[in-house]
Amino acid sequence: MRQALIALRAFIVKEFQHILRDRQTLIILLGLPVAQLTLFGYALRTDVRDIRLAYVAEAPDAATAALRTRFARNGRFTMVDLAPGPGALAEAFQADRADVAVIVAPGLADRLRDGRAAEVQVIADASDPNTGATMQAHVLAVLTAWQRDLPPRVGGVNIEPRVRMLFNPTLESVNLFVPGLIALILTIVTALMTAISLSREKERGTLEVLLVSPLHPWQVIVGKVAPYLLLAFVNVVSVLVAAWLVFGVPFRGSLVTLMAGSTLYALVGLSLGVVIAAITSSQLTAMLAALIGTMMPSTLLSGMIFPIESMPAPLQVLANIVPARWFIEISRSVMLKGAGWAELWPQFAILSGMFALLITLAIRRFSVRLD
Amino acid sequence: MRALRVLLRKEFLQIRRDPTILRLLFVMPFVQLVLLANAASFEVKESRLWVVDQDRTTLSAGLVERLRGTGRFIVVGSSVRQEDGNAALMTGHANAIVAIPAGFAREIQQTRRGTVQLAFNAEDGAQAGVASSYATEIVSRYGAELGAQLLPQALGGADRDRPVRGVPRLDVHRRYWFNPALEYRWYMVPGILVQLVTIGGTFMSALNIVREKEAGTLDQLNVTPINRTTFIAAKLIPFWLIGIVQLTVGLLVAVAVFRIPIEGSLALVYGAAALYLVAALAVGLWVSSVAETQQQAVFVAFSLLMVYILMSGLFTPIRSMPDWAQDLAFLNPLMHFIALMRGVMLKGANAVDVLPRLAALAVGAGVLMAAAVWRYRKGAA
Repeated sequence: MRQALIALRAFIVKEFQHILRDRQTLIILLGLPVAQLTLFGYALRTDVRDIRLAYVAEAPDAATAALRTRFARNGRFTMVDLAPGPGALAEAFQADRADVAVIVAPGLADRLRDGRAAEVQVIADASDPNTGATMQAHVLAVLTAWQRDLPPRVGGVNIEPRVRMLFNPTLESVNLFVPGLIALILTIVTALMTAISLSREKERGTLEVLLVSPLHPWQVIVGKVAPYLLLAFVNVVSVLVAAWLVFGVPFRGSLVTLMAGSTLYALVGLSLGVVIAAITSSQLTAMLAALIGTMMPSTLLSGMIFPIESMPAPLQVLANIVPARWFIEISRSVMLKGAGWAELWPQFAILSGMFALLITLAIRRFSVRLD
Repeated sequence: MRALRVLLRKEFLQIRRDPTILRLLFVMPFVQLVLLANAASFEVKESRLWVVDQDRTTLSAGLVERLRGTGRFIVVGSSVRQEDGNAALMTGHANAIVAIPAGFAREIQQTRRGTVQLAFNAEDGAQAGVASSYATEIVSRYGAELGAQLLPQALGGADRDRPVRGVPRLDVHRRYWFNPALEYRWYMVPGILVQLVTIGGTFMSALNIVREKEAGTLDQLNVTPINRTTFIAAKLIPFWLIGIVQLTVGLLVAVAVFRIPIEGSLALVYGAAALYLVAALAVGLWVSSVAETQQQAVFVAFSLLMVYILMSGLFTPIRSMPDWAQDLAFLNPLMHFIALMRGVMLKGANAVDVLPRLAALAVGAGVLMAAAVWRYRKGAA
């Protein structure tokens, strides 16, 4: 055993020198994640700012003017003037000059004074359904508040909803995306890089040489993977620091839990990379398989950008086998909710199970090659 | 010209012989469309509501009933203690809490005023915002309804949707144009089509040229009398055609499988695609001139495409980005093409509406191609 460990240590040192010698790769590996985080952290946002609102009062009166002022002063809306006549709104939507329209039926002031319901239409350009629905929500919030402030009639009942937004009071989408981005960056560094470097060695035949050397297959794998694990670790730290410095993403939970989760996820990624390298025949296929097999699911089926709950049932089931999904739950819960082991042990258990399965598979695949 | 024809034949033969490429070209559009169109959705689902009812009267039960009745909220649990609600929010079992304080009904009957607490898990701010707008609207309606019920002259139990006399309120009708059912797929599919064409054009062309570089066949061609522009044209034309074919396959799938309405003119779609593909291929050519190995090419192309795609408005709206990112995105041909496709396919925008986009595509294609060819020739010299 001691002999094996000495051999392994020498081997790991050699592998390290190998990676360190390739300056370009190293710069890419260490610099890219922070650059990516910064770029995507800014670019990936779904907040709806600055809604272009076309406000149309079919018969202007004091009340419609008051309501218009409410929208204009809200700060979230830019008022857009609409040409008169039918078709003007469709035209404004088609040329992308307006996002949402509020159309007030005639007689607003009179109806409100007599205690009758007054008609208001809210029309959104829903070609982007998410933004459309969010804009509707903002318009509706203004209408609801305005209605609550109307002088109550005798007998009117006013129930005031007091709304609290927990875990992300400013509703900034950056707080949702940055913990997800950490998963994506880890996936790139671990799964993708390992798959590529191992399959390159396979293509060149250097791996065969190692496999017939006195080193055990597991030692070969550990030796190959250890440097990347360390790199991944450095990446996690740098990305977390950037998330905190650049975006001010809150850190409500324990850093230890987060690092443990990150390390576990990096191990899953590394073993996945080894498996991909083992089952593909050429570098190019390995690369494409890694891109399609790890990157796509990690961005699309992980809940990083799109909520898993919004997906159709079969995809929700499929999302369960995507490791990134579980890690994102860990990183979001720790960072935003301040969750700890008590809430997150299932996610840790699932990731551990995945790691055990993948590493067994990887070692067996590589051992088979010796026969 | 003859040289170009001969070279083109060679290229087509090579592509035909490579089953992976063909598979990637025709199977991928299908798989990607189906997978992406279904996965990429921000659709706001009903919220999982936890009820903390400390009043336990007909009035408080009525409010919970109203929230449930809209189909926007599913009650997943209830408790008397607020802490249980908070715990449910923490574990993710629930994502909204309604808390009705003790004395809610009494207060309403005596003072005609009341308060309820609403709390949302706002990790996903957009979803929480929409849920909260529904909830607050339901709460105010309920107030209006109660006002009518408690009025002496009220005509019995007024139902929610009947205008209630005696209480000033707005009757709001929501309309969603161009996508009344809020089908997220309608919005995503035109964008995904663009992304497919991009991956085909940029990725495949870059890899193809680099592979020749690695194999050394490129050097052989460089010492033949074929002029370089002819050579580049022969390399890119097949991929341009493949891109057009991919788009066609994708459009067929969009209409047949997803039933996407195509409101505008197909000629406009293809015209824009023809321009855009030139830009995509230029990027591929540029990648191939900076990369020495296939691995580098994949890496560079992939990093570029990632930035390209994430900053194109495909997944998240451009207008949510900070100003500097919007300016950057403006230089991205992919952004213009996606916006154009969505405008034409969903809203029926015409050539005049999308003229700025077309102009941007034409300029982008010209500049990028010129730069890529210049860089390529410099590298080969």
